[in-house]
Amino acid sequence: MKTLTTLFKSNVREYGMLIALIVIMIFFQYQTDGILMKPVNITNLVLQNSYIIIMALGMLLIIVAGWIDLSVGSVAAFVGAIAAVLMVKYDFNWGVTIVISLLVGALIGAFQGYWVAYVKIPAFIVTLAGMLIFRGLTLVMLQGEAVGPFPTQFQKLSSGFIPDFFNYEGFHVTTILIGVLLSVLLIVIDIRARKNQQKYGFEVTPLYFFAVKNIFITLAVMGLCYLMASYKGLPTVLVILFLLITFYAFITSQTVLGRRIYAMGGNEKAARLSGVNTPRLLFYTFVNMGVLAALAGMIVTARLNTATPKAGVGFELDVIAACFIGGASATGGIGKVIGAVVGAFLIGVMNNGMSLLGIGIDWQQAIKGFVLLLAVFFDVYNKNKNV
Amino acid sequence: MSDVILEMRNITKTFPGVKALDNVSFSVRQGEIHALVGENGAGKSTLMKVLSGVYPHGSYSGDIYFQGQECRFRDITESEEVGLVIIHQELALIPFLSIAENLFLGNERAKNGIIDWNESISKTKELLDRVGLHESPNTLITSMGVGKQQLVEIAKALAKKVKLLILDEPTASLNESDSEKLLQLLLQFKEHGISSILISHKLSEVSKVADSITILRDGATIETLDCQKDNITEDRIIRGMVGRDLTHRFPPRDTKIGETIFEVRDWNVYHPLHEDRKVSTNVNISVRKGEVVGIAGLMGAGRTELAMSIFGHAYGTRISGTAYKHGEEVDISTIDKAIANGIAYATEDRKAYGLILIEEIKNNITLTNLKEISDGGIVNEPKEMTVTSEYRDKLNIKCSSILQLAVNLSGGNQQKVVLSKWLFAGPEILILDEPTRGIDVGAKYEIYTIINRLASEGKGIILISSELPEILGVCDRIYIMREGRIVGELPASEASQEIVMKYIMTQQEVV
Repeated sequence: MKTLTTLFKSNVREYGMLIALIVIMIFFQYQTDGILMKPVNITNLVLQNSYIIIMALGMLLIIVAGWIDLSVGSVAAFVGAIAAVLMVKYDFNWGVTIVISLLVGALIGAFQGYWVAYVKIPAFIVTLAGMLIFRGLTLVMLQGEAVGPFPTQFQKLSSGFIPDFFNYEGFHVTTILIGVLLSVLLIVIDIRARKNQQKYGFEVTPLYFFAVKNIFITLAVMGLCYLMASYKGLPTVLVILFLLITFYAFITSQTVLGRRIYAMGGNEKAARLSGVNTPRLLFYTFVNMGVLAALAGMIVTARLNTATPKAGVGFELDVIAACFIGGASATGGIGKVIGAVVGAFLIGVMNNGMSLLGIGIDWQQAIKGFVLLLAVFFDVYNKNKNV
Repeated sequence: MSDVILEMRNITKTFPGVKALDNVSFSVRQGEIHALVGENGAGKSTLMKVLSGVYPHGSYSGDIYFQGQECRFRDITESEEVGLVIIHQELALIPFLSIAENLFLGNERAKNGIIDWNESISKTKELLDRVGLHESPNTLITSMGVGKQQLVEIAKALAKKVKLLILDEPTASLNESDSEKLLQLLLQFKEHGISSILISHKLSEVSKVADSITILRDGATIETLDCQKDNITEDRIIRGMVGRDLTHRFPPRDTKIGETIFEVRDWNVYHPLHEDRKVSTNVNISVRKGEVVGIAGLMGAGRTELAMSIFGHAYGTRISGTAYKHGEEVDISTIDKAIANGIAYATEDRKAYGLILIEEIKNNITLTNLKEISDGGIVNEPKEMTVTSEYRDKLNIKCSSILQLAVNLSGGNQQKVVLSKWLFAGPEILILDEPTRGIDVGAKYEIYTIINRLASEGKGIILISSELPEILGVCDRIYIMREGRIVGELPASEASQEIVMKYIMTQQEVV
């Protein structure tokens, strides 16, 4: 059996960023006199950063495939603009608008994916072009002005909360219930995975560590749900986020599709010679990114209740930074969904915490830059040490 | 003429698991052309890398004396300083720089970091005259043919005040007249007192210009022939290159050969970039059930290109010809289809084309047939574990766990992972391209045993190898390939190394 220190050393990457996140949260919690963890601020934090997390899911796949997408900020703004124009100027139904917007996202992804996967133009160039093209088209679409406001249902996409089926004054019981169900589900899944590992004679983490880990996760889930329940309940966006994260974590770790993406990023030639249709796979990776950028674009637009020409400027940098902070490798083949999510939260907490402290946007950027460099340095340092 | 310019004494160089050079001694006299010959993998290039400092002092044992001085080169710069210049088979010129810029790269004619173009250009003209190349110093490398590029390389060596010029397969990619020009140039240099070491597979050239010939085999010096004293024939050289003990290096096998399972006819392939260059010409090959068919030939003979073009058109353009499996025409135009038709191709370059090095052994093995271990697109990990553990045991892959990363395995074990992954695809025809390259003798034996077992299970195996003993020791039937053509076919029982080598080396067909 491994001791706790060797266990930590071999998983330093996985736990390292999580610990960094917790340390930063405690730091801001202390510095802001407890504002950071107030239910209303947590709700804000989630709303503010949901689009970064959503796009980070798509970006992670692209980075794992060995490429990068610089256009996501512009694409999000463009799709937001289309949704706004459709609803405000042409009175489209909000549901139809969402479907059309997602389709537009898919088309944009297909457009960029075509150049990268089939014409073999480096993604850096294609998406740099895309960044300019879709920023320009956003201006064209909005004719330089802000378009809004939107139907309430569309706004709910970002500002809504899940309904409460129990009528208890000042406390959202459904949220607590969901928390309990989720905790139980997570524990059951973990126990099953552990049993499976033992069945095949693999080394498993010591029981006490396993127990501590599960207690910790349960506490985190229940703590969050309790905080939310004492405010307005779980935000819709948080639910969407949770479902998406689960879905992509599953795809990347458990499916044939995920395997192939990692194989392609790890060694494109070897994957192709093993029968993986790498151009098609890469193409669909970009289509997927387009859809997620569209979703993020709608959430941003819904949150601001107007589509503006300047929406989404610089998002791509936060998204890409999230993936790299979360341990993705710039050369492809390495990176985890959970890592990218933790990375995105880390950036989100820093954005939020620094804003609460009244630090200007100038220093915020500089500090984020240092954190990115530090996180990747940490990676490289560990890799060299292990060789 | 007899004073020695270079002497290498008792050079031994080992790589993990392989002894590449074993106590090699080699000396070159002042002003001679000394040819170094041997089969692929005999250790010629390794010896030259030791000499030129690519492998620094300390990474090998033995001594090097150049002009009577002991040399301990730490890198190429140090060996070039004393006048030892090596020209590699792959030219080291920068394509989008001019001749003049290339000639003085790293050695610029400059004052205080500012290049003196007038001096550079006039010096370049001088050097180009000496090698007989009539081009403007401002010509870009990319706009010249390989023959002229070779001359630029030599001019570059002259710019470094070369005393001993080492040429590694200089004529491999040259046509007849360019080769002839180059050889004349070497003879000219000889008169000016510049010695050369010529590594070549073309024995006709060697016997034409060399003053002495050293033969390397399996990392050891076999003999040094003096061309001035004796009349050395090509046959004499070949005998020296191949004569070795074949017993016990190959496991015995019961051969049960059935009907033809796979065949390609009139197979023509063109180079993917130079579309008018043909890399396979009218190739007809077949393999029968339970048969191991070898394809012998030199590097660059077009064997890998042929194999990859058959495997789902993975190489080349304008591919024509038909493939038959069990007598029926099959479509193998994509890798998917080739795999579905039971063809597997285990590449010669396992690191670049065979494995995902940063992934686990199990992920590598199952990549070719993920359907087999998944339900509805979801990987069934327990099943994957079971299956891959079976392969680990069956092929004796030495690893701490099947979760170990492929990058951390030795060459032999990596090769076994490559074989496992292709066996997992369930093929009937396996094309194995240099399956024992760079692995030690013990692991080779294991690979041969696996090949034998696969043949006895009724699979058809096509083995590409540059090692003649391997071809002779493992195969039932042998094709010989040269310049994209099959130039000979013979049953192993009638083949000997001398016969096969003759097919490989001779310019005209010997049928």
